[in-house]
Amino acid sequence: MNVKHVDSDILIVGGGMAGCGAAYEARFWGKDLKIVIAEKAHIDRSGAVAQGLSAINTYLGYEEGENKVEDFVNYAKGDLMGLVREDINYDVGRHVDPSVRLMEEWGLPIIKDEKTGKYVREGRWQILIHGESYKPIVAEAGRKAASEVVNRAVITHLLMDKNDPNRVAGAIGFDGRDGSLLVFKAKAVVLAAGGGTHIFRPRSVGEGWGRTWYSPWSSGSAYGLEIQAGAKMTQMEVRLIPTRFKDGYGPVGAWFLYLKAYATNRLGERYENNREKLRPLVGDYADAKPMPTCLRNHLMIEELKEGRGPIIMHTDKVLDTPEKVEAGWEDFLDMTISQAGLWASQNHDPATRGYEIMPTEPYIMGSHAVNAGAWVSGPEDVAPKEYQWGYNHMTTVTGLFAAGDAAGGAAHKFSSGSFAEGRIAGKSAVRFVRDHELHVPAFDTATVDKYGEQIFQPLENYKVGRNYITQGTVSPYYLYPSQGLKRLEKIMDEYAGGWTSYYMTNADLLNRGLELLTMLREDLEYLGAEDLHQLTRAWELVHRVWTAEAVVRHTLAREETRWPGYYYRSDFPKVDDKNWKLFLVSRRDPVSGIWTMEKVKYLPMAKPTVPVAPA
Amino acid sequence: MPTYVNPKLCKNNGKCMEICPSDIMFVNKETNFSYNLEPDMCWECFSCVKTCPEHAISVRPYADISPMLSEVTVLRDEKTNRIAWEIKYRDQKTVKKFDFAIRTTPWDSIKVPTGPTLKDPTLNNELLAHEGPHFGTVKGGHR
Ligand SMILES: Cc1cc2nc3c(=O)[nH]c(=O)nc-3n(C[C@H](O)[C@H](O)[C@H](O)COP(=O)(O)OP(=O)(O)OC[C@H]3O[C@@H](n4cnc5c(N)ncnc54)[C@H](O)[C@@H]3O)c2cc1C
Ligand code: SF4
Ligand code: SF4
Repeated sequence: MNVKHVDSDILIVGGGMAGCGAAYEARFWGKDLKIVIAEKAHIDRSGAVAQGLSAINTYLGYEEGENKVEDFVNYAKGDLMGLVREDINYDVGRHVDPSVRLMEEWGLPIIKDEKTGKYVREGRWQILIHGESYKPIVAEAGRKAASEVVNRAVITHLLMDKNDPNRVAGAIGFDGRDGSLLVFKAKAVVLAAGGGTHIFRPRSVGEGWGRTWYSPWSSGSAYGLEIQAGAKMTQMEVRLIPTRFKDGYGPVGAWFLYLKAYATNRLGERYENNREKLRPLVGDYADAKPMPTCLRNHLMIEELKEGRGPIIMHTDKVLDTPEKVEAGWEDFLDMTISQAGLWASQNHDPATRGYEIMPTEPYIMGSHAVNAGAWVSGPEDVAPKEYQWGYNHMTTVTGLFAAGDAAGGAAHKFSSGSFAEGRIAGKSAVRFVRDHELHVPAFDTATVDKYGEQIFQPLENYKVGRNYITQGTVSPYYLYPSQGLKRLEKIMDEYAGGWTSYYMTNADLLNRGLELLTMLREDLEYLGAEDLHQLTRAWELVHRVWTAEAVVRHTLAREETRWPGYYYRSDFPKVDDKNWKLFLVSRRDPVSGIWTMEKVKYLPMAKPTVPVAPA
Repeated sequence: MPTYVNPKLCKNNGKCMEICPSDIMFVNKETNFSYNLEPDMCWECFSCVKTCPEHAISVRPYADISPMLSEVTVLRDEKTNRIAWEIKYRDQKTVKKFDFAIRTTPWDSIKVPTGPTLKDPTLNNELLAHEGPHFGTVKGGHR
């Protein structure tokens, strides 16, 4: 086996929005440090922004007097039914505007009002961009800031320090092109490996299986790596169910917010304002303004269940100028080309006819209208001391930082907030490295050898196993990654609240799901990979299964339905503020394999000591 | 729309394989042509299509979801910094064309940031690069 060793001061796992932000910031403060990015695809088009975006969803405009940072915190908190890490949301909020300006300076075309010179708003928090090249632009900055980018580096495990089992010392994985074992040693690691799709069964079928709203290569790796390393996790129960145009998964934000389209049920009723229907389940949250994303979903799901679908978005009522028509199409061409293709394939003209919208399958993410991920230390000045253990955005594993989808707690970060959060983690990692100047990371060679063997085991399983069958995909000796993935999706869909059950689950279903999931995890030992591509799929599946297990355990532990419209516990169908307005924080002990679930008190952020708004 | 490759145009340069975020464009060493080896993990992100210098890659709508005969084609130019789209409908008559900006500065123009040394006390505060003296008080946000 060929082994490549890459030593660095700071290793960044994942060169997406957060990873590139981390590299940029770490280079600014750590002039002479060795900063390495390990990226499983190619940094220029990797991650959720590979095809571009048509909007930056988090821009406060506080210099322009549009929003205060506190407004952003309150907005995120309201949308998540009262549960966000206010300190982290505040931190992201105060750094996001300068981060957007930086991207504009690099060359990202942000649409401006010719008269006022201000960015054109899509909604209160969103601004419009010509974002086809959003990722390659940000990647150029990240790539140049890094000492080295290792593309096609599939990270499978974090490596812990041999003298301290709760301290990170690097990461291990393989080169997806030449098959060598990659061993990264680092003083600090920033984990920015994105969110999780294909944890639940998508609505798409067959050849279209890859058509999910969030990118199919978002493999839950961040969570898989964190959980295996014994980092504490939070909010893993909250899944995102975005409403999207049916089958093409085209986003609806620009249509609702910018073009001001509205949706109706089959009777032509605007069902979405029925707050009284929410009250029995959620109490006063029914009055929240704006209505939380999950509650908007809930009202739509009720319409569908009661047979008043399809839900139609009236694009035809708003495309009354050529500019609006162009804005509508660009929205898709910049970030979900499939939707444009689907409309063309159906001879659909959005200017003359509305189109169906649907709640999708669940996604596990930390950057959208949800906040799953690692439990991280908050910023020194605003985090309550219970949420603070030294370094901003460090997980509960020493030296391991997280940002973007990988970091839990704050919601509504999106692309710009993930990038800003990466910058926060990047600076923090430099501080950590400076403070531990004399520390020499070291790992146990036996552990490296063990992982080295495990990583390539699926190739071996296949090679040996295929001698016992003539041909084809049916074999009792090994499991193909795609077969394991379908099993995972079916379990999660049917037991953990996927779309086929209208997002409904309960303790009995979850316990049964956990049983099946455990057997799936045992079977991962038999994964068979024909080649390096399949080996990548094998490890993506491993990370997804870890993610799924955390989701099920969290969902089981939280005995209430806090986010109706994201998922329902039929045995605890209501919001229960008295017992559950708190964070669930889980940890899997890497040695014993035992999971513990902690209830952590909800604490508001401390008063900032440094002014944000201009005096 | 998973991708497919035109054998008359593919020049075996491996660029699609290098860029595909899903790791599914591969050059077949026997035929010397690239192909999509796992269409059901294609996001239709068009990254490979935009990258192929020979314009050898096309997409056709996911067979298990979409009706046939429509087509979306694209030309992306890093010199003019524009992208041109053409959407042809199933009816073979309706064609929509769009053209957008992709970048306002030349490619490769971003500078590596340089800050203070590790000894500088500003490393201890909560300000990020180019911010300060207070958060967001600098016009233009940075510099
Ligand atoms: C269709 C769509 C529309 C969206 N719309 C908007 C919008 O309009 N506005 C907005 O602001 N945001 C939008 N978003 C959200 C935004 O893209 C995400 O919030 C953001 O990209 C998250 O950043 P991240 O760095 O955490 O993850 P990513 O950008 O996904 O980066 C994760 C990186 O980790 C790498 N990686 C994963 N696993 C491994 C591994 N095992 N080893 C090594 N590397 C690994 C990946 O290849 C990737 O490069 C949209 C997303 C999608 C998909
Ligand atoms: S980029 Fe184009 S020419 Fe090059 S291998 Fe791929 S399809 Fe062939
Ligand atoms: S369209 Fe995207 S996912 Fe599909 S093959 Fe091309 S680069 Fe890969």
